[in-house]
Amino acid sequence: MNDQPDFSQFSCPLPKTDYDTIQMAHGAGGRLSADLIERVFLPVLGNATLEKLEDQATLSFGDKRLAFSTDSFVVHPVFFPGGNIGELAVNGTVNDLAMAGAEPKVLSVGFIIEEGLSIADLHEILLSMRRAADRAGVQIVTGDTKVVNKGHGDKIFINTSGIGVIPQKVHISAHQIKPGDKIILSGTIADHGMAIMSVREGLSFESVIESDTAALNHLVQTMIEVSPNIHAMRDPTRGGLATTLNELAQASSVGVRIFEQAIPVRETVKAACEILGIDPLYVANEGKLVAFVAPEDAEDVLKAMREDSLGKDAVIIGEAVEKHAGKVVMENIYGVERIIDMPVGEQLPRIC
Amino acid sequence: MKYIDEYRNPELVRELLEQIRRTVSRPWVIMEICGGQTHSILKNGIDQMLPKEIELVHGPGCPVCVTPLELIDQAIAIAKKENVIFTSFGDMLRVPGSHSDLFQARSEGADVRMVYSPLEALNLARQHPDKEVVFFAVGFETTAPGNAMAVFQAHKEGLKNFSELVSHVLVPPAMEALLQSPQNRVNAYLAAGHVCAVMGWWEYEPIAEKYKVPIVPTGFEPVDILKGILAAVRQLEKGEHFVENQYGRAVTRDGNKAAQEIVNRVFEVIDRKWRGIGTIPKSGLKLRKEFRDYDAALKFSVGDLQTEEPAICISGLILQGLKKPNECPAFGKQCTPRTPLGATMVSSEGACAAYYRYHRFKTE
Repeated sequence: MNDQPDFSQFSCPLPKTDYDTIQMAHGAGGRLSADLIERVFLPVLGNATLEKLEDQATLSFGDKRLAFSTDSFVVHPVFFPGGNIGELAVNGTVNDLAMAGAEPKVLSVGFIIEEGLSIADLHEILLSMRRAADRAGVQIVTGDTKVVNKGHGDKIFINTSGIGVIPQKVHISAHQIKPGDKIILSGTIADHGMAIMSVREGLSFESVIESDTAALNHLVQTMIEVSPNIHAMRDPTRGGLATTLNELAQASSVGVRIFEQAIPVRETVKAACEILGIDPLYVANEGKLVAFVAPEDAEDVLKAMREDSLGKDAVIIGEAVEKHAGKVVMENIYGVERIIDMPVGEQLPRIC
Repeated sequence: MKYIDEYRNPELVRELLEQIRRTVSRPWVIMEICGGQTHSILKNGIDQMLPKEIELVHGPGCPVCVTPLELIDQAIAIAKKENVIFTSFGDMLRVPGSHSDLFQARSEGADVRMVYSPLEALNLARQHPDKEVVFFAVGFETTAPGNAMAVFQAHKEGLKNFSELVSHVLVPPAMEALLQSPQNRVNAYLAAGHVCAVMGWWEYEPIAEKYKVPIVPTGFEPVDILKGILAAVRQLEKGEHFVENQYGRAVTRDGNKAAQEIVNRVFEVIDRKWRGIGTIPKSGLKLRKEFRDYDAALKFSVGDLQTEEPAICISGLILQGLKKPNECPAFGKQCTPRTPLGATMVSSEGACAAYYRYHRFKTE
């Protein structure tokens, strides 16, 4: 063999550490997204509220507290099994508000439409937005529309912002998790991401994989009524359950310990993940939540959740621990532990 | 999932571990060839469940890891040309060349697309007759038949706007090169199940004989891998050395004849440089003369582009089984999946990436 490596030069070069242009991975919700926020956004726009890095801002006005949040939706295809971009945009912001325990009240909506979109398609998107808003009990009270040249958008992009009212006794935040807290997951993971990917990759199964898009605010109200000791809550959207748990572990400086066997994944979703070489822990959800609850209240919260159709498959998947603060560790079906890391960017399908 | 869960069954896993424990009496080093096996071993914690006598070392069977730097640079150079649609399997896109990667080329305006099969790339060529469609044909014997078929089809259809940037490598010459190395520590091989599904296992018989090393074609699920290890340990303990097929549900001695034929029809064997290892004689494939019109390196005149590895990242030693990823001083520090210094950290099959994802809290 030529070029035998030389043991004496036992070091690594630093060819490339940072991208100096925006990459798709910066928008994938993983480590590069976190970097972008930390290194580029916060130094310029930072303030005490923004720096908490919650999915919503909590604002006090006298004795009233409001939750305020915004989210933009760019999904391809615009219509997918189980929903379309319209209801996704309503549910997404409703959920970001609900994760603070807030009752969502009003939404704004901004459309960026590519020329050529059919009015019929737009109408269908609007109808599903209306239905989603009615179900969640929110009103769309202000809006804006811009049209861009053909090729400068992908049919339609939607931004929604929302305001919700936080009840007096509720104090839910990513920073409140305590060791011993039980982790409750409201149902199966990876449905939304795999629904989208199956359509994009032209995969078909005996039963169609549908997005789980749903507004979780009623489920959250049920949970809050049962227990004032829900410490943290988040909807594991882009980046999946693994990313959300990592964010929460870091925000509260606790370790997170979960059990592989406890995490529900639909059989068809599992199969699609196997085929594409993708880990369901990193796949997006649009109608699920994960909650950290004081151990003494966990069973009561779980019971209440299971009575709601959106929480009927809720399970305890693990707990917060003192060890390995900031990291997520999963025990697999053989009883062996491994680390569950933040993804870098998009998951890349393997060669073989 | 039917046909998968059976091979992940915890009861069977425990039973096989017990059999391995009863069989092993002294230390052995076993190399799994394929990066897919490395990931399965680390993801499932198989290395932690095995008795301490058995050391698993990770082989060079990760196509992303061993593709030479200049090929990545050539790929980027082609992708940046006007009128080109550059297609690739997903995990090649994040491998750094000398200065950038294919993702970055895409963000700068190159039309880089991820595909699952070279035949998808061929379809793109049919749909876009005004564009040049290039496929990055990397991998071992596993991906070679598909890549050969795409060229063969293009030739048959007279499709002029399709070509492949070929960097194919072959497993048996790499195994021999490792066994010839004075630093070799490997006592037995788990051969890559999917490579053997294509090529069969007859190729390994002379290697097992010449180097007196057990070779076990092995699958990818925990039960497969443990069965492979058990077979290898049994041979080692008895002082035997032959090819023993563990992966009977996919592998036969002769392999897939039709696949082999198309590979031989389109490709010929050449010496090939492996990233981090060096040139290994007769260890690669290139397009035969008859198909040279489909060679993207010639078509876009990038064949002369030569690049030296900027410095030594120890991925070479890791790919030869001489070092473990966590023995690299840069592991998890300067070198992470976000800022990969070597290809072993980039690919989801790369040993360093596997250690980083599954093992980091143990090594810190």
